[in-house]
Amino acid sequence: MSTLGVWVGAILTLGILSFLYKDNPFYKVAEAIFLGISAGYWFVSLFYQSLLPKLFDNLGLTKLFGASNTDGALQTLFVQGKFSGQLWYLVAGALGVMMLIRLFPKGGWISRWPLAFIVGTTSGLYFTRYLASNAYAQISATLKDFVVAGHPGFLGWTNLNNLVVLVGVVSGLTYFYFSKEHKGTVGATAKVGVYFLMVTFGASFGYTVMSRMSLLIGRLDFLYRIWLGLIK
Amino acid sequence: MKREVPLIICATVGIVLIFQYFIPAEPFGTLNQVFSDWFQVIGAFAIWLGALNLIKVSGNNVYKKRKDWPYSLLIIISFFVMVIVGFFFSGGRRFQDQGTAFSALYDYVYSPLTSMMFALLAFYVGSASYRAFRARTKEATVLLLAAFFVMLGRVPLGDTLTSWLPNWLHMSNIANWIMNIPNTAGQRAIMIGIALGTVSTSLRLILGIERSYLGGE
Amino acid sequence: MAIENKGFWQKLMTIDRRIIFIFIFVAISVPMFLKIELKIPVSPEVESLYQTISKLPDGAKVLVSLDYDPGSEPELQPMAETFFTYCLQRKFKVIVIGLWPQGAIQAEHARIVAEEKVGRKFEYGVDYINLGYQAGNEMVIQGMGSSIPQTFSVDYFGTPTTSFPIMQGVTNFSNIDYVFNLSAGYPGTVEWVLFAVDRFNVILGAGNTAVQAPQVYPYLGKQLKGILGGMKGGAEFEILTGLKGRAVKYMVGQTFAHTIIVLFILIANIAYFATRGKEKGKTV
Repeated sequence: MSTLGVWVGAILTLGILSFLYKDNPFYKVAEAIFLGISAGYWFVSLFYQSLLPKLFDNLGLTKLFGASNTDGALQTLFVQGKFSGQLWYLVAGALGVMMLIRLFPKGGWISRWPLAFIVGTTSGLYFTRYLASNAYAQISATLKDFVVAGHPGFLGWTNLNNLVVLVGVVSGLTYFYFSKEHKGTVGATAKVGVYFLMVTFGASFGYTVMSRMSLLIGRLDFLYRIWLGLIK
Repeated sequence: MKREVPLIICATVGIVLIFQYFIPAEPFGTLNQVFSDWFQVIGAFAIWLGALNLIKVSGNNVYKKRKDWPYSLLIIISFFVMVIVGFFFSGGRRFQDQGTAFSALYDYVYSPLTSMMFALLAFYVGSASYRAFRARTKEATVLLLAAFFVMLGRVPLGDTLTSWLPNWLHMSNIANWIMNIPNTAGQRAIMIGIALGTVSTSLRLILGIERSYLGGE
Repeated sequence: MAIENKGFWQKLMTIDRRIIFIFIFVAISVPMFLKIELKIPVSPEVESLYQTISKLPDGAKVLVSLDYDPGSEPELQPMAETFFTYCLQRKFKVIVIGLWPQGAIQAEHARIVAEEKVGRKFEYGVDYINLGYQAGNEMVIQGMGSSIPQTFSVDYFGTPTTSFPIMQGVTNFSNIDYVFNLSAGYPGTVEWVLFAVDRFNVILGAGNTAVQAPQVYPYLGKQLKGILGGMKGGAEFEILTGLKGRAVKYMVGQTFAHTIIVLFILIANIAYFATRGKEKGKTV
C-alpha cells in the first residue's frame, strides 16, 4: 500500500472516530467526503459495469462512437437492414431516462412508468418465490422427522429438538395472529411464542455485538499494523 | 394517463412473471429474460437517480447558503473528483484494475471511510448494552440470557469457563443449540409471517389495490 | 419521596458514555498486541459447508458471489481469501460475480492474497474469471438461471464473456457445481436461496456477517449447505481448511470484546437491581 494512501486512509479514519468525543468539523469533513465519494463510486461503477455493456453496447452506441468493435442494434438495423432483439433495449433505455426525469419537478410524474415496472417485476417474482421458499419450504422443514409418541427413539435428542422447533414455530406464529384475542389457549400459546421470540432476539443481539466488534477490530488492525507499524 | 398507464404496466409485468414461474416455455421464457435485462438497466438508472439527487440537494444547499453549506460543497467536489477520475483518468473499462487512480481512491478513501462508519457502531452497541439492557421483565431476562450464552459461546472463553462441565453443557454447544433450535424456530415464525404478508402485498400491488408507490396526484 | 443522594450504583448507571467508549477501545486494542493461541471449536454448520466443498471433484466449476462492501470487510474478506486459497489448491474453476459493485473489487483483493499464499496464480479466463457487477439484485440471479453469458455479457475488464475457455459450456446454473455466497445484506444469501436454490436446484453455501447470520439459519439443511456466521465462522473455516489467517488472529480481540460487553451488561443490571431495591425501600 502506498504511504500517502495509508496516511490519507488513517486521517479519514481518525476523522470519523473523532465523532465519539463529539460532533466536530473534522468529522463533518470526513462525512462529506464519504457521501460524495460513495455517490461518485456508484455513478462510475454503474456506468462501466451495467449501462455500458447492457445498454450502450447492445444498442450499438459504443460502436457508433468508436469505443467498441461489436455490432449493436443500430448497426444491425441500418447497416445490415435487419431487426435484432437488441432493439428492445431502446425501451429499457427510455424507461431509464424517464426515471431520471424525476429530478425535475415538472414532468416528474413520468418516472412512475419505470417505477411501476420495477414494482410489478418485484411483486411478480416475490409472489411465487416467497410463497415457495419462505412459507412452504419452511413449513415443510418444520414438520420433518416428527415422530409420534410411542415410536422408538421419541426421546432422542433429534426428535426432541424437532419438537421444540415445531412448538416454537407454531407458538411464534400464534403470537403474530391478531385476528383473535390472545386469551385462553391462544393466549397461552402466544405467551410461549413470545419467549421463543425473545430467545431469537437475544441471539440476534449477541451476533450483532459480534459483528460490530469485528468491524472495529478490522479498523484498529489497519491503524496499528498498516499505519503505525506497531504490529508485525 | 398519469396513474392508469403505470397500473397497467405493473399488472402486466407482474402477471407475466407469475406465469413464467409455472410456464417456462415461450413466450414467458423470453419475456422473463427481456424483463430481467430491462430491470438491470432501469435499476442502474435508479441508482444514478439517487446519486444525482444527492448532488441536486447539496447544490440547493450551496445556492441558498443554508446551514453547513460548505460541507454540501465538499460533497459535490468529492463526487466530481471521483467521477472525473473514474471516467477520464482510469483507463476506461479497466477502471478498477489495481494501480489505477480510481482503485487508489477506492482503497485509500472510500474503503477506510465506509469501514470506519460501520465500525463506529461497535461503540454504540457497547454503550447501548450498558445503558439500556435491563432485565426488567421475565421476557427481557430471557432475551438477556440468550444473548449471554450466544456471546460467550461464540468465543473460546465460553468453553474455558465451562470446561469442567459435561460436553453438552459447554458454552459453545449451548450457543449452537440456541442458534439451531429456538433461534431457528423464532426466525422461521417471523419468516413465514413476512412471506404471507409479502404475498398479499404483491397481489395487492399487481391488482392495483395498493397504489402508494404512485405518490400524489 | 425520591432519592436525593446519588449513590455509587446510581452514578455507575449514569456514567458518561465516552468512558464506556474508552473501555471498549482499550479492550479491543490490547489483545492485538498479545500473541495468544486460542482453541476454537468448530460448529456443525461450518463443518457442513466444509464437507460439501471437500466432496467436490478437483476442477469443479464454482460460482462465487461477493455481495458486500468494505464496511463488512473484516468479517467477510478473510472468508473470501480462505475460500479462494482452497479453490486454488483444489484446482476448482472459479467464476466470480458481484451483486454489489464493490464485490468484484473485493474479489480481486482476495485473489491476490490467495495467489501469494499458494505461490501460484490463477490463469485468468482458464481457471478464474471475474464477471463483475450487474445492477438488478434478484433479477440478476433470475437472469443467470436462464443464461449466465447473457446476464454478464462482458467480464470485469470489458471483454466478451463467451471468449473465455472457462465459460465454454456454461449456460446457466445447471453447469455450475457449487455456489458460494458472501453476503452482508440485500441482495445476498436470502435472494440466492429464493431465486437460485429453490428455483434452479443450486447447491449453495454461504458466508454471512454476524448481523445477517441468525436470519439464514432457517434455510440450513435442504436449502443451504452450511453457513459461516461472522468472524467466528470465518475462523472455524480457516481451521478446517488448515489455512489459518486473519479471522483466527482477530478472535483474540473478539473474545475480549465479548467479555467486556458481558461485564457491562452484568454491572449495569447489578446497579439497576441495587438502585431499584433502594428506591422501593425509600420511596413514600
